Amino acid sequence: MALSQKTKETLLGPLSANNPVIVQILGICSALAVTVQLKPALVMGIAVTIIVAMSNVVISLLRNTIPMRIRIIVQLVVVAALVTLVSEILKAFAYDVAVQLSVYIGLIITNCILMGRLEAFAMTNSVGDSLLDGLGNGLGYAIILVIVAFFRELLGSGTLLGFQVIPQWCYDHGYVNNGMMMMPAMALILVGCIIWVHRSINKE
Amino acid sequence: MKWLYNIVEKLRPQFDEGGKFHALHSLFDGFDTFLFTPNTTSKRIGAQVHDATDSKRTMIIVVLALVPAMLFGMYNVGYQHFLATGQTVGFWQTFAFGLLAVLPLILVSYIVGLGIEFTVAQFKHEEIAEGFLVTGFIIPMIVPIDTPLWMVAIATAFAVIFAKEIFGGTGYNIFNVALITRAFLFFAYPTKMSGDQVFVRTDGTWGWDGGHAVVDGFSGATPLGQLATSTDATVTLTNTVGTPITVLDAMNGLYPGSVGETCVWAILLGACLLLLTGVASWKTMLSVFVGGGLMAWIINLSGADNAAANTPWYLHLMLGGFAFGAVFMATDPVTSARTETGKWIYGLIIGVMAILVRCFNPGYPEGMMLAILFGNLCAPLIDWCVVKVNINKRLKRSIIKK
Repeated sequence: MALSQKTKETLLGPLSANNPVIVQILGICSALAVTVQLKPALVMGIAVTIIVAMSNVVISLLRNTIPMRIRIIVQLVVVAALVTLVSEILKAFAYDVAVQLSVYIGLIITNCILMGRLEAFAMTNSVGDSLLDGLGNGLGYAIILVIVAFFRELLGSGTLLGFQVIPQWCYDHGYVNNGMMMMPAMALILVGCIIWVHRSINKE
Repeated sequence: MKWLYNIVEKLRPQFDEGGKFHALHSLFDGFDTFLFTPNTTSKRIGAQVHDATDSKRTMIIVVLALVPAMLFGMYNVGYQHFLATGQTVGFWQTFAFGLLAVLPLILVSYIVGLGIEFTVAQFKHEEIAEGFLVTGFIIPMIVPIDTPLWMVAIATAFAVIFAKEIFGGTGYNIFNVALITRAFLFFAYPTKMSGDQVFVRTDGTWGWDGGHAVVDGFSGATPLGQLATSTDATVTLTNTVGTPITVLDAMNGLYPGSVGETCVWAILLGACLLLLTGVASWKTMLSVFVGGGLMAWIINLSGADNAAANTPWYLHLMLGGFAFGAVFMATDPVTSARTETGKWIYGLIIGVMAILVRCFNPGYPEGMMLAILFGNLCAPLIDWCVVKVNINKRLKRSIIKK
């Protein structure tokens, strides 16, 4: 499938050059909260991707009928409905992760990435483009979450997705997990490091 | 010194532009200016004022001021070891044991810190800044003796990169780099930074004098640790083998604690040197003690019923890292307040916060580290307010007629 230049830009732009977390600095709050372990971060990333994509589609479909004065309310209703849906599905099929994520699933509703995409993109673009844009931004968010969670879980607990990665003999020889990685402050520093690396690769 | 100068001058062309070792020019430059005062002068434009001391000389004064506390710290490490294992040995053996125990910490801190500093200087084509001379000397003095070396290495690297180089290197850092090292260790590896296992070395150093059992009644808890873990309203502070600590003992500092922080006399000796040479501000130093003393005195009177709150105010000023922090760390010219009124406010904040943390936060036996970092954070704001107030005052004094 040959993608046109614009389509490609819409889908892949948010992954790196226009990443919502590390370039637009949106959604930092949840990036700090759910990245202690890799698994909740993955689930959170997928959940946000689905919600952004679907709400983008819905709003894009409705975009010509929404009165400008109440558009925020309409957007909120759509997002809230989707978030509730995802939250219920998680509780039904992945209860332990839902418990770990606790309020943060519900708080997706306040994620700036969502409202930002709806306002900036879905309100003025066609359904297909909006879907791609939503997917791209959701994935861009998910990637950062997974990178941060990877380092936090590896260095903070010595595990990945719950499996022991750092061998026992390291502990026997005096290795100790870094407790700082479990704190939100370290997530912020890691996000900072990612931004640092990213900016030094992409000079503009 | 002539022969040394000749060697340096002979080597110089190799490190200049186009020389064989140009890649290492900042290293050469660093050592050259460390040994000799550069004979370059400012351009002949306008009026220029030069002070006889540059930052290298200032840093060396601080290191000299730290030496008594460091030497005493080494002796105390050995003393605690032999006390805990119930042996009686001579002065030199005690000191040698401590020296061997502390030396790796000093080496690791310097190698890692200076390594990063040199690399960054090379990379940015700048001169090597001398700030790490002091930082690297302080780091071993504010950690427990049993801190694993790799932890010190990681923490030092973290602090130098994230607390200093990111902000632009020496002179631009917001926080005291040595304290960031300690804070990183404290939050990342709490089991190795507090409790009663880490402040006294009970097994041998490099195989020397290992394998002794500790004596009955041994406890490696620091006085502040004893205060924090005690459930009684008052507690009798004891040293390693259970002998009660008097006020004089608290001054003498032969009790468990971080390497350089225990002996108040040694710290005061350093303080005298810093004050006589004018390197540290007496206002900051004094106001930290005043703030801490006042706060502890108020808490004493308030009748709060935990062991730390019931400890007399003068003991608070002697125990733990209070004196060390007040003399060597709060006065760091880079991270403290710059305005003269600001120094008073800055010092008072640190003293008050340190005692508050000690008395009312059972999670942190020692509040000095957090208090100074908090003070660092407030310093720019304090300065800004002081300058604003001054501007407004002077504006009012001048009569502007429209």
